[in-house]
Amino acid sequence: MGPRPLSQQSPALARIAAALVLLAALLLPGLAAAQTFPPLTGPVVDAGNVIPDDVEARITQKLVAFNQQSGRQLQVATVADLQGYEISDYGYQLGRAWGVGDKEKNDGVILLIAPAERKVRIEVGYGLEATLTDALSSQIIRREIVPRFKAGDMPGGIEAGTDALIKQLQLPPDQARAVAAQAAKGKKSSGIDPGFIIWLLIFGFFFVLPMIRRMTGGRRYGSSGLGPIIMWNVLDGMSRGGGGGSSWGGGGGGGGGGWSGGGGSFGGGGSSGSW
Amino acid sequence: MSAFPSTFARSVFIATAAVSVAGCGINSIPTAEEKAKAKWADVQAAFQERANLYGNLAAIVKAAGANEKGILVDVTNARASATKVQLNPGDLSDPAKMKAFQDAQSQLGAGFGRLLVTAEAYPNIKSNENYLTLQSQVEGSENRIRVALRDYNEAVRQYNTEIRTFPSAIGAKVIYGSKPMVPYEAVTPGAEVAPSLEGKI
Repeated sequence: MGPRPLSQQSPALARIAAALVLLAALLLPGLAAAQTFPPLTGPVVDAGNVIPDDVEARITQKLVAFNQQSGRQLQVATVADLQGYEISDYGYQLGRAWGVGDKEKNDGVILLIAPAERKVRIEVGYGLEATLTDALSSQIIRREIVPRFKAGDMPGGIEAGTDALIKQLQLPPDQARAVAAQAAKGKKSSGIDPGFIIWLLIFGFFFVLPMIRRMTGGRRYGSSGLGPIIMWNVLDGMSRGGGGGSSWGGGGGGGGGGWSGGGGSFGGGGSSGSW
Repeated sequence: MSAFPSTFARSVFIATAAVSVAGCGINSIPTAEEKAKAKWADVQAAFQERANLYGNLAAIVKAAGANEKGILVDVTNARASATKVQLNPGDLSDPAKMKAFQDAQSQLGAGFGRLLVTAEAYPNIKSNENYLTLQSQVEGSENRIRVALRDYNEAVRQYNTEIRTFPSAIGAKVIYGSKPMVPYEAVTPGAEVAPSLEGKI
């Protein structure tokens, strides 16, 4: 009666597990959200597949540079379809789902294009509504984007729109320097986390100090095996934590080494257009 | 060693008391309440923004020489009453006051819409760059109102759930005497809250 029952059980177990996974897969989308958003893979998310690679690379470069200059996050997104929603409804929910922009400043902007519905929208985060007003977004859409879209030049319209948005949102040089200085300082302080120092102190007091005492023949503490194991864990954590500090970024743009949302929120600012 | 059981018992008692008081919603009820009130402030700000735009719209219609006195007077009155009917955060659990606010706002919204439709009929207004700008502002304002309302309703739903479910229902009854807040309901379907998203999130 050794391995037998196990081998008979495992297919049944596997079946149950598969059923559970299936059930979860069925239930979860219904619970979480009705819309499904494409994953946030970079400054340009071309889920609608309308931007050629060379243009995408060029726009990406501009967006990354803009993020470094201003700390603000401008995001270009095309979607396959809007899943039956108004583009204004889809837009702000997409922005919240991705968390475009900084959590405190809410300084994210999305240029959203739905080729299937022939709709375009500039979705503006709470914090930029005064800088990039509804009227201005509408002007950019009407003057830069829609005429090109009407002429069939999707990539050109997207790039022109991005340029116009960057031009409006870019900071004057003195402010940009302040942002860069702030970003540099933020990077440094994330290297030496104050919480980590406290941990080191606690670690020193409770583990290193007793160990030294024990070595020097002082009072004995607990079992001897525990100290080294905990020390290994801490060392492991240290080496892992060290990697996080080296990534670039400012504002909401650069999270852990790549492009990610900073938790910014949207309140329906911006403007929509169609062609 | 004789002191040990009593200190132990005391600390256990304190820990249990802390946990159970926290479980009664002593923190979570005010948190949810403040959140809903903050969202309500956003709603009022969004409505105010729309009311402010009216002056610009009226000016454009007048400048274009449109003879629409009747509608202009109607909307001016609706705007005056909508600005008058304010709802303090403390009155959010009063259905009558909420209804008055809703009525005033939806009246202004309807008048606004009528004025926009009227303006569209005049070719010299429709092609006016100022009008296009204004149109985008009105559109953005309506959009913000919708989002603010949806956020407010969601915060109210959370607050109402919080004060009516165990264990925080105890704290709501005993400590705060909380009353459920009133969500904002669109009077005409689709006028204020886009129906497409409701119930789907």
